[in-house]
Amino acid sequence: MLRLFLASLALLLSCVTASAEEGAIQPLLQEHREVIAKSSRKTIGPAIDAIANSSLPQAQTMLETWAAKSMWMRKSDGRFFVGEKADSKNYRLIDFDTGEVVGTFPKKELKQLKPNSGVRALIGTALVQFQLLDEDRAKRQAALTSIQRDPEAALLTPLRASIEQEPDAGLKAQKQRLERLLTIGYDADPAARIAAIEEMSGDLGVDVRATLNPLVATTRDVTPGAVPEGVNVAANLTPGEEGFSEAEAYDLLVTKGFAPARVTPDEVRLALAENIEGGTVGGVPVAQLDKDDARVRAYAALAEAGTVSPLVNPADIQAALAAHAFFETYAEPIVEVTTAAQDALDNIALKVGVNQTLDLTLDALSLASIYFLAAIGLAITFGVMGVINMAHGEFIMMGAYTGYVVQQIIPDHTVSIIVAIPLAFAVTFAAGVAMERLVIRWLYARPLETLLATFGISIALQQLAKNIFGTQARPLTAPGWLDGAWVLNDVVSISYIRIAIFILALIFLGVFLFIMKRTRLGLETRAVTQNPAMAASMGINPGRVNMLTFGLGSGIAGIAGVAIGLFAKVTSELGSDYIVQSFMTVVVGGVGNIWGTLAGATMIGFLQKGIEWLNPSNTLAAQTYMIVFIIIFIQFRPRGIIALKGRAAGD
Amino acid sequence: MQRSFIAKNPSVLIFLACLALFTLIVTVLSEGLGLGMISTSFIKTLGKTLCLCLIAVAMDLIWGFTGILSLGHFAFFGLGGYMIGMWLMYERTRLIVVESLSQAEIPPTSSEVVDAIGNQIFGVVGASEFPLIWAFADSLFLQLLLVVLVPGLLALVFGWLAFRSRVTGVYLSILTQAMTLALALYLFQNDSGLRGNNGLSGLQNLPGVEASQDVVSLWFLWASALALGLGYLLAAWVVSGKFGSVIRGIRDNEARVRFLGYSVETYKLMIFTLTACIAAIAGALYYPQAGIINPAEIAPIASIYLAVWVAIGGRGRLYGAVIGAAFVSLLSTWFTGGQAPDIPLGFYTIKWVDWWLVLLGLSFVAVTLFAPKGMGGLVDLWTQARAPNRHGADLGPDDSALREQEASK
Amino acid sequence: MNFLKSTLAGSAVFATFASAALAAEDTIKVGVLHSLSGTMAISETTLKDTMLMLIDQQNAKGGLLGKQLEAVVVDPASDWPLFAEKARELLSVHEVDVIFGNWTSVSRKSVLPVIEELNGLLFYPVQYEGEESSKNVFYTGAAPNQQAIPATDYFLEELGVEKFALLGTDYVYPRTTNNILESYLKGKGIADSDIFVNYTPFGHSDWSKIVADVVALGADGKKVGVISTINGDANIGFYKELAAAGVSADDIPVVAFSVGEEELAGLDTSNLVGHLAAWNYFQSAESDVNAEFVETWKATMGEERVTNDPMEAHFIGFNMWVNAATEAGSTEVDAVRAEMYGQEFPNLTGGTAVMLPNHHLAKPVLIGEIQDDGQFDIISQTTEVPGDAWTDYLPESAVLISDWKELGCGMYNTETKSCVQTLSNY
Repeated sequence: MLRLFLASLALLLSCVTASAEEGAIQPLLQEHREVIAKSSRKTIGPAIDAIANSSLPQAQTMLETWAAKSMWMRKSDGRFFVGEKADSKNYRLIDFDTGEVVGTFPKKELKQLKPNSGVRALIGTALVQFQLLDEDRAKRQAALTSIQRDPEAALLTPLRASIEQEPDAGLKAQKQRLERLLTIGYDADPAARIAAIEEMSGDLGVDVRATLNPLVATTRDVTPGAVPEGVNVAANLTPGEEGFSEAEAYDLLVTKGFAPARVTPDEVRLALAENIEGGTVGGVPVAQLDKDDARVRAYAALAEAGTVSPLVNPADIQAALAAHAFFETYAEPIVEVTTAAQDALDNIALKVGVNQTLDLTLDALSLASIYFLAAIGLAITFGVMGVINMAHGEFIMMGAYTGYVVQQIIPDHTVSIIVAIPLAFAVTFAAGVAMERLVIRWLYARPLETLLATFGISIALQQLAKNIFGTQARPLTAPGWLDGAWVLNDVVSISYIRIAIFILALIFLGVFLFIMKRTRLGLETRAVTQNPAMAASMGINPGRVNMLTFGLGSGIAGIAGVAIGLFAKVTSELGSDYIVQSFMTVVVGGVGNIWGTLAGATMIGFLQKGIEWLNPSNTLAAQTYMIVFIIIFIQFRPRGIIALKGRAAGD
Repeated sequence: MQRSFIAKNPSVLIFLACLALFTLIVTVLSEGLGLGMISTSFIKTLGKTLCLCLIAVAMDLIWGFTGILSLGHFAFFGLGGYMIGMWLMYERTRLIVVESLSQAEIPPTSSEVVDAIGNQIFGVVGASEFPLIWAFADSLFLQLLLVVLVPGLLALVFGWLAFRSRVTGVYLSILTQAMTLALALYLFQNDSGLRGNNGLSGLQNLPGVEASQDVVSLWFLWASALALGLGYLLAAWVVSGKFGSVIRGIRDNEARVRFLGYSVETYKLMIFTLTACIAAIAGALYYPQAGIINPAEIAPIASIYLAVWVAIGGRGRLYGAVIGAAFVSLLSTWFTGGQAPDIPLGFYTIKWVDWWLVLLGLSFVAVTLFAPKGMGGLVDLWTQARAPNRHGADLGPDDSALREQEASK
Repeated sequence: MNFLKSTLAGSAVFATFASAALAAEDTIKVGVLHSLSGTMAISETTLKDTMLMLIDQQNAKGGLLGKQLEAVVVDPASDWPLFAEKARELLSVHEVDVIFGNWTSVSRKSVLPVIEELNGLLFYPVQYEGEESSKNVFYTGAAPNQQAIPATDYFLEELGVEKFALLGTDYVYPRTTNNILESYLKGKGIADSDIFVNYTPFGHSDWSKIVADVVALGADGKKVGVISTINGDANIGFYKELAAAGVSADDIPVVAFSVGEEELAGLDTSNLVGHLAAWNYFQSAESDVNAEFVETWKATMGEERVTNDPMEAHFIGFNMWVNAATEAGSTEVDAVRAEMYGQEFPNLTGGTAVMLPNHHLAKPVLIGEIQDDGQFDIISQTTEVPGDAWTDYLPESAVLISDWKELGCGMYNTETKSCVQTLSNY
């Protein structure tokens, strides 16, 4: 009875399934189960095409689910479902065709499909046809991004068709631009392509260049006799001219099979080793073969006997080169198109060059502002007071860690930064004042010993930071509104955080000038610096002024620490990365003058970026040569760029 | 009245006697030749410490006696190590290559041998060609010469440029620091041809020497002790004569010495170059014991530590520098080596690995503030106790070993 | 800075000389040679803790050969010469039977001559540049063909990358790896002009120009991919700049060989989702042994701690050593080495690691995408790949093989059929 019931139930179930198969996507998926489960870009193509072209209504959802890594396979029968997390170990499966929950299964019985980004790109391309006219703006945007990433000839028609109906102005502009680019690449009519090229020439976008460059990509070729007709020749080459050496030319001949390969010294050695007969090779005793000329003789003898292929001598090479024509061809067969593309690219190249210079300038300015920010505290303690503070870098570090600690307490990044900046100032101000009172004021007469004592403090502080915060880098995250970059065009951009640092540096410059020139503290500081005894007799307390000035310099270092931590990293070695550069900034610029520090930072920033531009593959070299340059510069201007004159210069 | 050099400087004799005694005791207790009470790794440590003492003597000459706080002497130390390291690596590799190629059926050409050596040495850093600076690496004699010449020349050129334009005081310190930083960064680059960050390694294996490290480490200990003895003698001789008086004059008041008609720049340049050469020799003896040299060794901080040793030991007196270097470097290994016992405080356990640097940094501040004479000042306490009737007050923190004797002449 | 710490290991040695002799032979000593201070402490301290945890576990299981294991921890302080000194101390003074240690290649090169001279045994747990096979070292980290080459293949085949930016910190691992990759890519038909190489100093923080250079590479219409061998702290600035420039993993994917769970802990990863890393292990690997391992680790060290690839390497290496010593019935180096060949142990990621006669492991290669919680989503896992000591993609190395079991040589030239040298290059 029970058995009968079960059997009928099974029958019923199979009927249900069978009826559901009509217009269902599951059989299609099952057909391609293996490649879908494997998810490799190389093999997935047919499966995606089949699904996309199935004209099933579920296809779009299924592809989107798959790309979002929410498709799961039940291991027991290999069927695919939408998976939703039920709890930590169990997943709820939903059928693609019916949209009904099939049941909840433990994770172990399921396999999540994780298409890699290559596969996701293919899915995205397949989805374009569904999404171009989707009601959801985000999906239309996704379709355009897909086209942009993988432009294909087949997408041109649907894209063109979708432009008219596009309600969103921004997307419409994007669509039109993409249409132009696809036209350049794939339109059947050369005239349309040339028109599009001319329209886009002068556009700075990377995508325009990415479309044009493949058209004018060249390959080198060689042919016996004259260059054949019907080939879009970019240039005729002469072996030996610049950029095309005779060796390269001969190698080309060898790869094309027009000439025999050279015999390398290694091959000579191996051939000789193979042909040793009774202690001699080709009549030359083995013991003598440690000389090149003896080897050549022995090899020539072997070649004469026909055991090995002869050496290729220079005369053979010359003859072979003379007998062939070398040329470069465009991949694109139509001459008019390549000419137009080349013209457009030349046109763009100049603009790109100008903009790259601009970008480099921005980078240099940004680096200069970072150096300036790191050095401005020193400009006060070292520049104005003449105190060598080797622990300056550690004050920067303390500021950065203050920022980190505040961020642990106040989770909101914007608020935490607003709190962290004054707090960092307070912390390092206090530390600076303490250091001045306890150590430095005893050593004003002995500057070299200040250097060493503050160095002692520096290593102690650094180790303390390690003991407290560990050696691991700590996150100091910028608020969301500082994410991203200010993009002028595809060439020129600069991150907002760098702009913020630049502005901060300007503010500090202003604050410094204001304090020094407009406040009583500034006046007193300048007085004490120039002549402490006289200042004291005028009723200024030099001890108090020194303490406050030193505290101010240290406090500014603390704020700089927050800024530097935001754009780089917070570790206990943060300070020591900047200390030598900071000192050099101050010294190069000219001690005792804030404009000098500014000039020094600007010079170092621009110099470093300039050297990086000359040698882009080695950043270390840029730093090395910059320091060498500074050493030499100081020889010729020992007092820096802006030297104080007269009494103020002191000695 | 001219007294003999030794009679004027009894401390030199005492120092040399102590050094000889130390070497003898260590040799007798060593694993290689003697009783086996001291392990080979400790022999190496002691040998290296002697080299550090030698560069501390050089540092004392330039800082304690001439008043130039050079924060770049480890650049010369490192360069010396690199120069000897090049020969050691080349020769060791050559022996291996020749041995291996001799098994081939066809005898190798000389260019094949050089290529194979290059491949072995530079293979790890992704190159195989010999850079130009290795041109003399096949000759021990030339490389030994370069140990002195290269750092000497660098010091000469740098010193000439710096002293000529009257860069003094802290500016010079920062400039020397920049020099050593630039050199370290340069050597960090692979393109410099000295294997970048990897540096030169396996230097403890002397090519062609079969003896075990137990014995080799003793050889180096003796060589280091000899070098320290000679270096000390040279330094003592330099500072004892008229030259010594002039450089101390420069330290105390440069302008006055210049107005007296001395060519201050020449004196400074001479002492700068001389100390660079001493540092280089110390380095050339140090790195074969350490086994590896790489650019991190000449980072600016190393030279600052050198100043720390000399300051703690007591500058302006040669034995002070030696004591400082030996004491601080040995103590610091002891602390960081994990051998020092932890101090449990109940709520927190002080682990010396973590806290040693804090202690060092603070004690350094304390020495600068409260005991400018350093550990060498303790000797004064003893000599003063012996001769309580010393005339003349203390001349300030910068006074040195000879000033009172000069005054009494 | 370095030799500040580099002396007198032996002074205490001298002092403890007598006590060491008294301690008798009732424990088996295991040396742990990882930096606990200095720049590398950030990475290596974790491995020291891993070793202590593993040794404790083993002791709880009854130790080895009826004896308890005793860890001898020394601190080489990220100072390369000090590594050699400490290794000598471990072998000749503490007389340890095996050493687990090192992270950087230069520290390994520093230790090699000492280990080979005194016939010690070292387990090296970190992915490295290959081109080495010492009789006295077992390499439990990945060789280039177990990490760099599969990741590059993934770029070529799965992501369709046609233009490569090889960014690295300027030291030996990136140099050699990039050298191998350049040669490999050329073999795959990638032109010289389509490979951009850049080296930056340790701890570099100013990445704007380099990131801009990489973005500009896309101008000729080829898909650009970045292969990063950037080490340590510098990654933080690099990824921050990458995120700021809005470089999406779908446009310009970045695969890193030195960025693991530990490194991501210092970073907000929400803008980096989808960028890649290649390792032999990720904490997110789904297997029972891994779940147990992660759980024990978190229980020992704290909930916020993560596990990473070198930890798994030590896990495998340590267990293989224990098994080999058990089979040999002794911890004597030569006996253990003979038993190590063919030694098998289950990976934490599933499958079995096998020790090969060239002293490298056969391990699976995993590629993971960064997720916003700082973990990796494993999107590709191969079967076990045998580690290759000498790469096949550099002409000088292609002719070399290592086989300590049959040939007794770590650098055997198959062309001349001779052993180039039995000691290592250092």
